[in-house]
Amino acid sequence: MTINRRGFLGISGAAIAVSAVAPGLRLIELAEGRAPDQAVTPKQRWGLLIDAAKCADGCTACIDACHEENGVTGNNRPATDPQWIRKVTVEDNTTGFRQSFPVMCQHCEHPPCVDVCPTGASFKRADGIVLVDKHTCIGCRYCMMACPYKARSFIHEVTTGQKTHAPRGKGTVESCTLCVHKVDRGDNTTACAVACKKEGHEAILFGDLNDPGSEIRKRLKQKPSTQLRPDLKLNTGVRYQGV
Amino acid sequence: MKRFTVGVFAGLFALSAAYAAEPAKTTRMPAPSIQINKDRGEQCVEPTEEMRRNHMNYILHQRDETMHRGIRTTKHSLKNCINCHANPKTGSVLGKDGFCASCHHYAAVKIDCFECHTDRAEKKAAIPAGRPRQALAPVIRTALGQPRQRHQP
Repeated sequence: MTINRRGFLGISGAAIAVSAVAPGLRLIELAEGRAPDQAVTPKQRWGLLIDAAKCADGCTACIDACHEENGVTGNNRPATDPQWIRKVTVEDNTTGFRQSFPVMCQHCEHPPCVDVCPTGASFKRADGIVLVDKHTCIGCRYCMMACPYKARSFIHEVTTGQKTHAPRGKGTVESCTLCVHKVDRGDNTTACAVACKKEGHEAILFGDLNDPGSEIRKRLKQKPSTQLRPDLKLNTGVRYQGV
Repeated sequence: MKRFTVGVFAGLFALSAAYAAEPAKTTRMPAPSIQINKDRGEQCVEPTEEMRRNHMNYILHQRDETMHRGIRTTKHSLKNCINCHANPKTGSVLGKDGFCASCHHYAAVKIDCFECHTDRAEKKAAIPAGRPRQALAPVIRTALGQPRQRHQP
């Protein structure tokens, strides 16, 4: 087989075009994230970084946005109404310094709620998001007792008007899902983070803890951060700065 | 006495008339009123016969895939069922003319999907622009991998 000059140029031109386009295609694919038919993988570990110094006292924007996004409604009964995020105020007894910050499900690497669940309803997804499978939850509330962060709520009353992406019903346990529907959609943020940014505080940052190039990793590298109750060695996905 | 006898006969006549009229008024459960939302297309995601018998298996399979593995394809999702089958008037699959409720009531099979899931179609659930109404291929593969001919009405 012989190849003339024109043919050679044609083939090499095509090869250059393919090699030039292929990396570009890959970049688009990475930016858009996972396709709907692809399963989650441990390549990602989703988490939050909460800067307590930026969290404003008395502001409940994150809680309101979370409950609006996920259709979490109560019945004006604070003792039993579900709460996915709580604003916790802590005070240093020696100095009297007070600060408040949001506490939600910490999406632990070793979640105690998963350990105690008798039915496997409480589980951790491959990308680190801890969820309740309400199809198998029997409402025993062991997970609520096991969670050191008081992150889970039991739905005591009949629910109506749920959001399509956030089913919730009486007799099951629920907690922060890290806006899993938004994560799967590729939004790369959560309702609480958006609301906090809108208020101008930017105290909540969502991101991939496994990606060295992500904003969350960069900020974790710059300043010291802590987990809540690091002594429990749960390796939480939610980290705090300025606590 | 005569008046009493006439009364008894009149009563019996009335009763028999009522009894004779009874079969015309059926005592059976009314057949489910399945109202298909025509502007969503003529075909379901699987052949009609297949869906009638096995819809629960498709939903159950998809449920675990979505919940545990984050697979969010819409073909067999409950959300997709509701968006297509919600009654155009009420926007719901429940109620007297609801697609799910009327048939399940008829078959006396309790569904508890809607203890947690909403029974309403999404507000923005419009057909994406550029998608033809009958975009589905006439022959599709079932979960078992066997090609099946679509049920032609």
